[in-house]
Amino acid sequence: MSFSSILFLSPSDEKVQDTDETRAYFEDLNLPYLIETVTAGKEQYHLQPYFHMPLGSVDAVNYRLEVFRNLEQREVHASLQSFATSMQNVRQSLARSEKLYYSQQKQRWFLDAVATYIHGIRQLNQELSQYTLSSRGLLSFSRHLQQYVESLPFTTLAQDVEELSQQLARIHYTVHIKGNAVNVTKTEADSTDYSATIESTFAKFRQGAVKDYHMEFHESQDMNHVEANILAGVAQLYPDTFRQLEAFCKHNRTFMDGTITRFDREIQFYIAYLESIAPLQRNGLSFCSPHVVETSKEVYSQQSFDLALAFKLLREGGKMVCNDFRTMNPERILVITGPNQGGKTTFARAFGQLHYLAHLGCPVPGSEANLFFYNHLLTHFEREEKLEDLKGRLQNDLVRIHDILEVATDRSIIILNEVFSSTSLMDELLLSKVVLRQIMDMDALCVCVTFVEELAQLGTKTVSMVTVVPEDNPTLRTFRVVRKAPMGHSFALALAEKYALTYDAIKERMAHESSSDA
Amino acid sequence: MKVHLMHDKADFNPDRPLPVNAEELIQDLHVDAVLSAMAVGDDFLLKVAKAGVLASVGDVDGVLYRQDVLKDCLRHEAIVKKLYSIALRAIEADKKHYFGLLNRYPSGLLNRSIDVLLEFIQLLRQLRDIADEDAGRFQSQGFTQLFAMLQEELSDDYFAEIDEHLKQLKFRDGIWLSATLGPGNKGAHYLLLQPHETQSGLLQRLFPGRFGQGYTFHIADRDESASRALSNLRDRGLHLVANALTQSVDAILSFFVQLRSELGFYLGCVNLHEQLTQISVPVCFPKPLPAATRRRQFAKLCDVSLALHLEGPVVGNTLTLHGKELVVITGANQGGKSTFLRSLGLFQLMLQCGMFVAAESAEADLCSGVFTHFTREEDETMTSGKFDEELNRMTDLVTQMQPQAMLLCNESFASTDEREGSEIAQQVALALVESSVTVVFVTHFYRFAHGCYELNMENALYLRAERQADGHRTFRVRPGEPLETSYGTDLYQRIFAAPLDEPSP
Repeated sequence: MSFSSILFLSPSDEKVQDTDETRAYFEDLNLPYLIETVTAGKEQYHLQPYFHMPLGSVDAVNYRLEVFRNLEQREVHASLQSFATSMQNVRQSLARSEKLYYSQQKQRWFLDAVATYIHGIRQLNQELSQYTLSSRGLLSFSRHLQQYVESLPFTTLAQDVEELSQQLARIHYTVHIKGNAVNVTKTEADSTDYSATIESTFAKFRQGAVKDYHMEFHESQDMNHVEANILAGVAQLYPDTFRQLEAFCKHNRTFMDGTITRFDREIQFYIAYLESIAPLQRNGLSFCSPHVVETSKEVYSQQSFDLALAFKLLREGGKMVCNDFRTMNPERILVITGPNQGGKTTFARAFGQLHYLAHLGCPVPGSEANLFFYNHLLTHFEREEKLEDLKGRLQNDLVRIHDILEVATDRSIIILNEVFSSTSLMDELLLSKVVLRQIMDMDALCVCVTFVEELAQLGTKTVSMVTVVPEDNPTLRTFRVVRKAPMGHSFALALAEKYALTYDAIKERMAHESSSDA
Repeated sequence: MKVHLMHDKADFNPDRPLPVNAEELIQDLHVDAVLSAMAVGDDFLLKVAKAGVLASVGDVDGVLYRQDVLKDCLRHEAIVKKLYSIALRAIEADKKHYFGLLNRYPSGLLNRSIDVLLEFIQLLRQLRDIADEDAGRFQSQGFTQLFAMLQEELSDDYFAEIDEHLKQLKFRDGIWLSATLGPGNKGAHYLLLQPHETQSGLLQRLFPGRFGQGYTFHIADRDESASRALSNLRDRGLHLVANALTQSVDAILSFFVQLRSELGFYLGCVNLHEQLTQISVPVCFPKPLPAATRRRQFAKLCDVSLALHLEGPVVGNTLTLHGKELVVITGANQGGKSTFLRSLGLFQLMLQCGMFVAAESAEADLCSGVFTHFTREEDETMTSGKFDEELNRMTDLVTQMQPQAMLLCNESFASTDEREGSEIAQQVALALVESSVTVVFVTHFYRFAHGCYELNMENALYLRAERQADGHRTFRVRPGEPLETSYGTDLYQRIFAAPLDEPSP
């Protein structure tokens, strides 16, 4: 099979998903920030759309995960990176060639662009052929590259470039300036560098490092009239070389291979992701290739975390806390309770992000992960829309939940974060129970963040998880969430927690400390 | 061209960071008094003295090398001062031609360097003349080497070569630039070529291009942008040679700077010598011995800083410390313990930098570094308690010290009680001694001093500040078993003019 794309096993996967559903979970899971961080600095490749295209099959996911695994070999990664740099240089040289005025200058930039292209391609081919590649994507690309490099058009092009470049490199000329007269000749063999002579006369005085008095000259890519005249003189001194250069440019207007330019863009999806997580890995956070299945809802993750938050803490400083989760049949619903600002929302986000990232075929946070290949990812997070009255919010919640339940199937993942919190605790309990029962009946996977501890014990399908509070100091937050029965808070305290009105909570809020629930 | 008066084979760099413990040494040993006597009000001499005194030479040959140079300086002070003043004038000449706005242009930079070079040549000639005339009178290897080098490197031929360059640098026949084709075929790797007779023949030089070779064009007089472009190209060439010449001038300057630094240290020593002789403090060149030989003895060793402070002779100590790695000093308060400790520290520093010492005769082995741990009046940092601060300093010292170091402790750990303090002092002292550090410990902890004493260590010596039977202090220290009191009662009685019941010894 001929190679076409390093990102898509099947061309049908390449379509941006933009529905109400995706827009909702993108915001809730902080995916826009996550994607922005990953693609930062790579704007020229226009990678964002690829991060909005969850794949259609487990096989398509594995196609990418294989490539990611190959890229874990440092040298494979390095080879692809230097190839990318070459291609960037090619584009830059071409842009200059377009922009400049004097033809001998344009032609030289064009020649350099082709030379860089050939060198980049050959180097990549040579290096890839040395590695043991196991991914279908890179193996197939490597075969394509090999064929291309051996093709007649490519080898001819390479030869022409080589010959011309060497001729130009041999040119050595002398400019004599006296008054208004400028004379250009070939440089004589016995010429000596006068600066070096001066240096050697005084070398005996040198005691150590010396200050540099070299001056900065403004380097414009353009040539001024005098430079152009000198170059014209040089062209007269070496007429054959410059005639060949002109002919070369005329004959090779389109020299780039389409499949390769596509690869150059698409491979950046992998490189961008790996580059962005590398600093986190250096800080001790783990990433793993997830095991993605359609057939089992027993999901499992160890040492996972909210990637968007990890990026944010990397910039602002702060320690990331990792968590584990696991569902064992018949468990389907993780119910997270515990004090405010304890890491509940972060936990829920991480759960969603992991599944989304797996759908993109990316390595996920954590040292190990078994994830479910869902058909719909549905989220509803409490939003801080202050202007809205309480009744309006409750109504919105109900409408949204209704929509979610309409779409959801037994293959869906639903993440609910403090829904119905705008109503009284009694109503919240009642409504939440009803909704969770429907989800249970549907047999969908669900994460539910709530203050209502009763929800954690609705039946065999629920798993209770609690934010950890050190026993000796309940005001401390560890941001750890573990599998454990609810804490059994008094109703009054639960209320206070719910509205963040405990002594500690008020103090914390007054102090405006940044926190992971923010 | 190397000065090499401070080291046989290396430069002396007064700007090198001082040893990490330098500030503590200065404070604890009152090194400032010595340094200011050397500097006599000159900031530069102070800097050089500080760098010289605080950085040890390291080996016996190095110490002897400096001692010899210093002896020459003491014998031929006038000539040495003349050399020093030539170096000073060179540095002033360089400063006089400051880098102004014009020097941002290659021709400005070039002219400035030519002007400075002309002055330097005069001064270099003077150096050569002194070498020709006076070299024979100096005995040290350092000076003999320096003068021989000046005579060899600054020959008449060499001065002629420089004159030839000064002519060529006027570029009467224009400039020749060579280049290759760089990115986009723009000129690259510009070099300014040396103008010489065969360069395309004389006629070609006078009328570029007219006689057929190459490709010639002219810039119209009124074409301003082209004129600018041409002068820019010319500057590209000139700036290369301007850079080379300016760097050369800097290099000559750096030779003069080096000469000033190295002579500066010795002039400082000469100054100190003069003052000590004036106030009748004995001065001698000590015999340096290799590290770890554990030999140290001196006759009438004085505390230089105290003598300078009092502007007169002070009590000296005569002791033999051969084989001693732990010296514990106890005895009367204000009996001269700290003074002795300081005199010992200064002695070692001065010995190690190649100076004379304040004693009638002396010999000692070199150590890898002198360190001090003196009790401090108060916790200056305010970040930790006094005892914490002391322990903190000690742990830093342990990090800094290497085997063969010398540690001078003055009432260390006095901020805690005798029981705790003694325990720590003993553990620290014994551990260091067993790690080949020589420890000299002034203490009023009887428990500590006596504890060590009872160990019967052969390499330990116990000294007591001397007190005569009438309570009178001689400010000398003498070997003797630690006593259980520091004679605070004496002081009390003197100050309060009333008796105090003395505890039995």
